[in-house]
Amino acid sequence: MELLGRLRDGDEGAFVTLVDRYHQPMLRLARSMVSSQAVAEEAVQDTWLGVVRGIERFEGRSSFKTWLFHILVNRVRSAATHEQRTAAVESLHAVDPDRFDAQGQWADPLEHWSQSDDRLEAAAWAPILKAALEELPSRQRTVVVLRDIDGLSSEEVCGVLDISAGNQRILLHRARSSLREILDVALRKAE
Amino acid sequence: MLLLHPKDIACRQAVELITDYLEGTLSRRDRRRLEFHLRGCPNCSAYLEQIRTTIRVSGSIQADDLTSEARQELVDIYRRWKSE
Repeated sequence: MELLGRLRDGDEGAFVTLVDRYHQPMLRLARSMVSSQAVAEEAVQDTWLGVVRGIERFEGRSSFKTWLFHILVNRVRSAATHEQRTAAVESLHAVDPDRFDAQGQWADPLEHWSQSDDRLEAAAWAPILKAALEELPSRQRTVVVLRDIDGLSSEEVCGVLDISAGNQRILLHRARSSLREILDVALRKAE
Repeated sequence: MLLLHPKDIACRQAVELITDYLEGTLSRRDRRRLEFHLRGCPNCSAYLEQIRTTIRVSGSIQADDLTSEARQELVDIYRRWKSE
């Protein structure tokens, strides 16, 4: 990437461009892991320093974003051993078991979320989903933020977080299931 | 995930397979079973659509804009580092 070459040459403009592009997603990732805004911000700043100091070591085997996020995750983890977000209760079911009858079939019909439904306008739903993210256990939140908000691939998420593919899928599954549930409840209320 | 029923699966099991299905990591056998189930089950089809919509809405969440103060603070850090 041209930008990284300029960063290596000590170009401040390249640094600012990268900051504009990645700083807020980095902060969101850090905040998904720790509850303290101060700890998150410090870890992100620390990461930027690590990046300008260590840019020579970036070999381009992963994408820059993945490399950046991986450094950040390690900083947050070491800075936050006592700052872990309190664990929320983890649900082991994608769907509340009460929604099924004794045969495991849906007890009541599911509502179709129509694409043309105004209530599902992404702009209207983003705030609800943002609030819902806060309800998730930290590890689930981090995975779903990286996958569905930042658009990383499953391989990239495994690399950033140092977790196995199976673990990544379980966390993603629980996170998406819970978010769907929360949207569903909110939709019913909006009726 | 090993499925208990040889021929069909219950909705309760189907919803647990959705992520592996979307990730493309189901075995061919489980994928066929799930697709068979989805064809015959409007509720689970609706469920799959709801999950897809959830993913789409997640993708629409934007990060807050970087404040000029935060940007300046980082530029200051960068300049201090360069002059070290």
